[in-house]
Amino acid sequence: MSDAPALRTRLAARGFDGITLLVLPAALLIAGLFIYPFAYGLYLSFRPKDGSVFGNYLKFIADPYLYETIGRTLWLALPVTLLNLFFAVPVAFRVRLMHRQRLLTTILVLPITLGTVLVAEGMLNYFGPQGWFMRSLHLIGLANFGSFRLVHNYWGVFISLIITGFPFTFLLTLSYVTGIDPALEQAAATLGARAMERFRAVFLPLLAPGMAITFCLSFVQAYAVFPSAVLLGQASGETRVISIAAYQAAFEQYDYSMASAIAMIMAAVQLVIVTAVLALRALAYRGPAGGGKG
Amino acid sequence: MSDYSVPALKPISKLRAAGSKLWIFSVWALTLFFVVNLIGIIAAVITSSFGTRWLRAWFPAGFTPHWYISAWDEFQLGNILATTFEVVGAVVFLCALIGVPAAYAMARRDFAGKRAFMLLFLLPLLVPSVTFGIPLATVLYKFGLGGTIWGVIAANLVPTVPFVILIMIPFIEQIDPRMEAAARVFGAGTVRMFLHVMLPLLAPGILAALLLVLVRTLGMFELSFLTAGPTSQTLVVALYYGVFAAGVRPVQSIDAMAVIYMVTSLVWLLVALQFVNPTQIVARSKRSAGP
Repeated sequence: MSDAPALRTRLAARGFDGITLLVLPAALLIAGLFIYPFAYGLYLSFRPKDGSVFGNYLKFIADPYLYETIGRTLWLALPVTLLNLFFAVPVAFRVRLMHRQRLLTTILVLPITLGTVLVAEGMLNYFGPQGWFMRSLHLIGLANFGSFRLVHNYWGVFISLIITGFPFTFLLTLSYVTGIDPALEQAAATLGARAMERFRAVFLPLLAPGMAITFCLSFVQAYAVFPSAVLLGQASGETRVISIAAYQAAFEQYDYSMASAIAMIMAAVQLVIVTAVLALRALAYRGPAGGGKG
Repeated sequence: MSDYSVPALKPISKLRAAGSKLWIFSVWALTLFFVVNLIGIIAAVITSSFGTRWLRAWFPAGFTPHWYISAWDEFQLGNILATTFEVVGAVVFLCALIGVPAAYAMARRDFAGKRAFMLLFLLPLLVPSVTFGIPLATVLYKFGLGGTIWGVIAANLVPTVPFVILIMIPFIEQIDPRMEAAARVFGAGTVRMFLHVMLPLLAPGILAALLLVLVRTLGMFELSFLTAGPTSQTLVVALYYGVFAAGVRPVQSIDAMAVIYMVTSLVWLLVALQFVNPTQIVARSKRSAGP
């Protein structure tokens, strides 16, 4: 009994008391529903149906129908992410100067809220062969009906990733851009730097770390493309992305071991790209984006 | 468009001024093009859902509301909406119950291993839902939860509880700790202090976080899709199956369901936007906590 208070005091001194325990339910939930499934999936991926250890991974490497999904996914996700970032930065720089940003940001948050499934259904109509977009192109004489298609192929998925991805990238970029003290730019302008010079010498170094994070988050979203690749692409052809392969293994062939292996490969490829980008970020300037007093 | 003034030392050339104007114009033109197409996509769904016959024309031949009635019966939307709100209600309630206390502990205590906990809460937000959804669905099916409404709720908690924690931490940090100290001095226990002092102070933040959870759960396709069975489909999953099996049912019927889904989400989005900034839906509030 006598050392109980001492133990309690000792723990409290290290930050452990009744309040600290409140973190446990959430931690147990994530451990049980996120860490454990991931660990179990990793374990299961080494227990293939044929009884070997690396059977699933060898099968993945050997079967072009499986390993080509990595290339197909990257071929969609990388250009889309770069394009979104490329357009998000100048638009964010303009919107930053706007007084009434709210209307635009509200419109842009719509596709994120509505989600890929609704956007896919709308696109099937709007970008379809007889949809408003094609009709408008026809009207202004840019294209004939049926000369090219924008749904049920690579471009359908590409456009849908821009429509849901650009607002996401843009809103993230905007939150970074507005975090930079305008006094820094004013100082540069006072010293005679032109817009392009101000962007290159002042904003770019300050933005680079945020851009790296934005790239990673946007890339990860685009890389995990699933419903639009099925609904707007060719789920067995040019847009057979890796998440489709994992889904089919699990819910069509009921081979959970193979599905786990594909999910692990998917996670590994993401990790490689994200790590590479974050390693590049480490080379960039890291410090306050405030005006000197920060 | 107030641009920053250029000092008189370096007079701006006409060519550069024109170039700058052109640049600004093209940025806005591009934004406008994007917004117009976005609105077109949404308007196409709404127009089609009210149309009678829409073939090779700008607009349907006539307008009718009857697709809503047939969609309601065909897709059993009554059941689906009930399931959706059961899932969303349970997720929001459990997020408040589990996430807010955890955020409080993370904000107020500095304990060994706190960084590890932070990483634990960040990971589910960084890994896309399809990637962890497949092993998670496997585990849920192993325990007999897959295909049930409980599986859908459990899966949806994985990204939302960390989301609530990360939104609430800066919000709690900005509240003066002397508030709690004062409550303690007057003899309040942890529960009493939490209910009578912290909860009223935290209410706006909790409300905002939970509304965002609500909107995100309504639109969460991947996790609900991977864990739902025939009787535990949420609205967005039912919509996916509707679009996937296009041709089985008239497209207007699917569009009517899409509009019902859209209205359900947008009502809550509008409510949420009364309390939060749109940028917060993607980025967690970095600056709301103040310096």
